[in-house]
Amino acid sequence: MEIFGIPHQAFLGQLMLGLVNGAFYAILSLGLAVIFGLLDIVNFAHGALYMLGAFAAWIALDSFGINYWLALIVAPLAVGVVGVLIERLLLKRLYGLDPLYGLLLTFGLSLIFEGVFRERFGVSGQSYPVPELLSGATNLGFMILPNYRAWVVLASLVVCLGTWFIIERTRLGAYLRAGTENARLVQAFGVNVPLMVMLTYGAGAALAAFAGVLAAPIVQVTPLMGSNLIIVVFAVVVIGGMGSILGSVITGLGLGVIEGLTRVFYPEASNVVVFVIMAIVLMLRPAGLFGKEA
Amino acid sequence: MSARSIRLISLLLLALALVAPYVGLYPVFVMKLLCFALFACAFNLLLGFTGLLSFGHAAFFGGAAYVTGWFIKAQGWTPELGVLAGVVGAALLGLIFGGVAIRRQGIYFAMVTLALAQMVFFLCLQAPFTGGEDGLQGVPRGSLLGLLPLGSDIVMYYVVLAVFVAAYLGIQRIVTSPFGQVLKMIRENEPRAISLGYEVDRYKLMAFVLSAALSGLAGSLKTVVMGFSTLSDVHWSMSGEVILMSLLGGVGTFFGPVLGAGVVIALQNMLADKVGAWVTVIIGAIFVVCVLAFRKGMVGELVGWLDHRRTRKATAGQGGATQAAHEARASEAQADITA
Repeated sequence: MEIFGIPHQAFLGQLMLGLVNGAFYAILSLGLAVIFGLLDIVNFAHGALYMLGAFAAWIALDSFGINYWLALIVAPLAVGVVGVLIERLLLKRLYGLDPLYGLLLTFGLSLIFEGVFRERFGVSGQSYPVPELLSGATNLGFMILPNYRAWVVLASLVVCLGTWFIIERTRLGAYLRAGTENARLVQAFGVNVPLMVMLTYGAGAALAAFAGVLAAPIVQVTPLMGSNLIIVVFAVVVIGGMGSILGSVITGLGLGVIEGLTRVFYPEASNVVVFVIMAIVLMLRPAGLFGKEA
Repeated sequence: MSARSIRLISLLLLALALVAPYVGLYPVFVMKLLCFALFACAFNLLLGFTGLLSFGHAAFFGGAAYVTGWFIKAQGWTPELGVLAGVVGAALLGLIFGGVAIRRQGIYFAMVTLALAQMVFFLCLQAPFTGGEDGLQGVPRGSLLGLLPLGSDIVMYYVVLAVFVAAYLGIQRIVTSPFGQVLKMIRENEPRAISLGYEVDRYKLMAFVLSAALSGLAGSLKTVVMGFSTLSDVHWSMSGEVILMSLLGGVGTFFGPVLGAGVVIALQNMLADKVGAWVTVIIGAIFVVCVLAFRKGMVGELVGWLDHRRTRKATAGQGGATQAAHEARASEAQADITA
């Protein structure tokens, strides 16, 4: 069967790949939105943290024999600690200043991380094996579904929905949201806001690292994997607006699918389609699709 | 800093620049420095005087570099026409970018410019005439106006210096003009400017296009001097570098960007062969240190220190108590909830 002139397996296969990319966009833009909401900092280092997560998984396997499943927990924890350190030692000094300084600081951090890893590992990628449980593919009849990629989409959705649940439906999330609106007042009520801020950045870093571990078996684990991705994620965030969590997720997934479809029908544009959409959205609805500010 | 001391320093620097090839400075190096200094000055026009952080200026620099390179190499244009084409191209690009980006403010503005510049990067990567990964190589210097051959580094140097001085004076003129005052007002208090009836978006767009055009001039000059344009000219790391030059030198000052460009280029030159990928780490570290402890940049900190000394000497007679009290209150006001 042909869909729009493409054999349906190819079409659905690209759709699947688009969903996988979209899942990464969703997790990363979610982390960015959470950090921006509470800290008012656009974390340019998010891509580097994603890269750190992938490398943590790789190093864990290569040097310590820690398998994929453990790495899914260990890597985000390790990178979360790095995030906490970054917040405590560096970002804390920038509160109250123009948020652009936060962008520049995290930009510098991303350069440092990338440079160090590039020096140590070079630019060619390290390969990370797909865990045995998830290798191979399932024949669904109308398409061949690669098991690992299906797992990536599933895990991402679970994590995104989990984050959404914590932020929107729990007491901790309520404190977080209150802290976003009026940190001083929340602190006056006795909530330890500095601790919350520190842990939020750590959690955002852990989210990025989780995406990195998920990505490790699919893409080449290279020091540059974060920087090209982060710019697309910025565009995703501008399109979606940083107002709502679900908005970031839906936008991320949607754009991933659109990018995948563009790759089928007009491959030359697949690199830039997200940016073109961003320009269009900015002309028509400057606050972003789900944004709240004017 | 008084106008007289600024003039004095400018003349000193100009004198140094005029004799540079004869005191042992390698002309191509100084030319490269001048191009990037111009780039940083153009960027500073937008950041320092209008208060807009663009993370995509590489698109103007590199875009103009490619346009100029193509017109000179493939179409056989003379260098001044090629540079003109580059500047016009950059201005047009600035108009498009500005039209889209100015709809958002602050952080979003920066992200939008970054994304748009990345789009330009991919277009340059894929377009047939740019030579893809290899870039445009072997762009001849040609003859200025068809009369003055630019093959000699010394001749080229003085041409570039003349253009740089003209552009620098032009930027100074822009900044000190009524238009420039409006830009500074927008930087300091945009809502106030709007309430006073100024069409803020139009001014921002104008500043953006001017900044883009001058960045394009820098990129075009660079192509004529070095003879090639590559993808690294449009890569986001180039945008980051120009931000660093402005930040390091002093955002909103006149010499700051020039000094910052000098330091960064010199650093890259010195370290390139020795430390490889550590250059990126060092640049990142300088960013971090600048943002944390050195926000006013070299020139800004120097001016601040000189002013502080002058004020201290003036109030020394009245007793340092008032000065100390004033400083204590100022630092208290900076305390924040996360202390």
